[in-house]
Amino acid sequence: MLYAILCYNDETVTTAWSDEKDRETMARLAAVEARLAQVGRLGPVARLLPTTSATTLRKGRDELVITDGPFAETKEQLLGFFIIDCNDLEEALSAAHDLARANPEGGAYEIRPLAIYKPGETRA
Amino acid sequence: MSDNLAWIGSALDAARPQAMAALLRYFRTLDTAEEAFQEACLRALKRWPEKGPPRDPAAWLILVGRNSALDTIRRTSKQVPLPPDAVLSNIEDTEADVAERLDGEHYRDDILRLLFVCCHPQLPATQQIALALRIVSGLSVSQIARAFLVGESAMEQRITRAKARIAAAGLPFETPDATERAARLSAVSAMIYLVFNEGYSADSGRSLSARPLCDEAIRLARLLLRLFPSIPDIMGLAALMLIQHARTPARFDVDGGAVLLEYQDRSLWNRPMIHEGLSLIDKAMRHRRPGPYQIQAAIAALHARAERPEDTDWQQIERLYGSLERLQPSPVISLNRSVALSKTKGPAAALELIEPLSDRLSGYFHFHGVRGSYLLALGRSDEARIAFNRAIALANTVAEATHIRAHLDRIAHNDPATKKTEVALSGKRTVIRPWARQQK
Repeated sequence: MLYAILCYNDETVTTAWSDEKDRETMARLAAVEARLAQVGRLGPVARLLPTTSATTLRKGRDELVITDGPFAETKEQLLGFFIIDCNDLEEALSAAHDLARANPEGGAYEIRPLAIYKPGETRA
Repeated sequence: MSDNLAWIGSALDAARPQAMAALLRYFRTLDTAEEAFQEACLRALKRWPEKGPPRDPAAWLILVGRNSALDTIRRTSKQVPLPPDAVLSNIEDTEADVAERLDGEHYRDDILRLLFVCCHPQLPATQQIALALRIVSGLSVSQIARAFLVGESAMEQRITRAKARIAAAGLPFETPDATERAARLSAVSAMIYLVFNEGYSADSGRSLSARPLCDEAIRLARLLLRLFPSIPDIMGLAALMLIQHARTPARFDVDGGAVLLEYQDRSLWNRPMIHEGLSLIDKAMRHRRPGPYQIQAAIAALHARAERPEDTDWQQIERLYGSLERLQPSPVISLNRSVALSKTKGPAAALELIEPLSDRLSGYFHFHGVRGSYLLALGRSDEARIAFNRAIALANTVAEATHIRAHLDRIAHNDPATKKTEVALSGKRTVIRPWARQQK
């Protein structure tokens, strides 16, 4: 069975880490990832860029509304995600628009660039 | 420091701008706000390891800092000592309430005010930078002194003097209206870019100690973005700094010589930082309200998007410099546009564009360096030599002088490869450096 492990922390703290601390932390995580990968149990791993680089597309109104910044509501829950490869934000927004048209009911898509992406491969 | 204490250090740093901003609103002097914050940090170091971190560290620090400062004020005025922890007993209950109130609109203006007092027009640039690093970022005086290559006591004095000037001028405590808020944001953006350039323009000898200035400037820009997420020029400022700073690992060779953009090993550029910058400039452009930071960031983005120097979209860069010229006419920007023009239309067109600037830029190193390279590319070696000699006389750093000397050596040796590389060499140099000068 596949599980996603989602990471939460205060980004004002983590973006203020020294390069050294950041490298050490990533190296410790990479060691755990390597153990999982060796037995074919590691799927994609991603690190997101700060929420200040996010754009949010709100669904469920007459027209889609694009706002700057992250998805900030607390009434909705994270239900899933897509990783797409784009040349720029316009392409990402256009993909999000297509998704929104396919599933127009409520909710939102937060479009956030990735800092790190490792595709990974599981047995599943 | 154990892992636990290191975590507390990061949390205190992260909470600092918000806590200092609120304490400044309560006490209305920088010194009292600073003392209150220091005291709160000391107590956090004692309490957090035992009790665990509070739910909202900034709210905790504000409350504890405010209470301890009130306590000190009461004690010194009445000479009656109070038990310091008595006022703290109900902290966990009141924390939620304080956090609630902090969530309101006014905390944005608190932080903006804290940043804004650092860019008081009566303060010279160096004092603005030092003050922002001390008050908002919380760098120690010795860290700041190292970044500026001055002694610690000299830096201490500089900061004290800046605070005195601000106190004498009076702090702006009224809630700003939209126009005033826009004015403050623009002053604060300029100050943040000053902090960045102080770090970015440092040569290799100073670049390591000055590097935290670039990191801090980016942190401050992200802070502004969180408070004002829809202002395109703040996105542009953040993008500009991120994309420039991403090149840092490639900017100096092992001997400390400056490596020009065209010759940098692009695999050393910090990709996540570039991607953050690119997504921010894309966001900004959607607003269709171009400003100087956005245009400069868009130019930096075009360089960042080029996998190899020859992939650079010089035509678009030339157009962007053209927009920048219309927005803020300046001979330095025209000089930069000429470099892009030399790539698309050749050195003759570029030379024609800059000849009318010679009066206004006669004392400017880059003007003579760039002009020399166009002349050389056109085979006018004698005139090129005169221009390069003029540039050497005006060089600000050893790296600049060394760079021009290499051109002169090639003329002297009549190196046939010269022609090809000259324009490229000086071209990329101007893309980076003049911005630093321009903003100062």
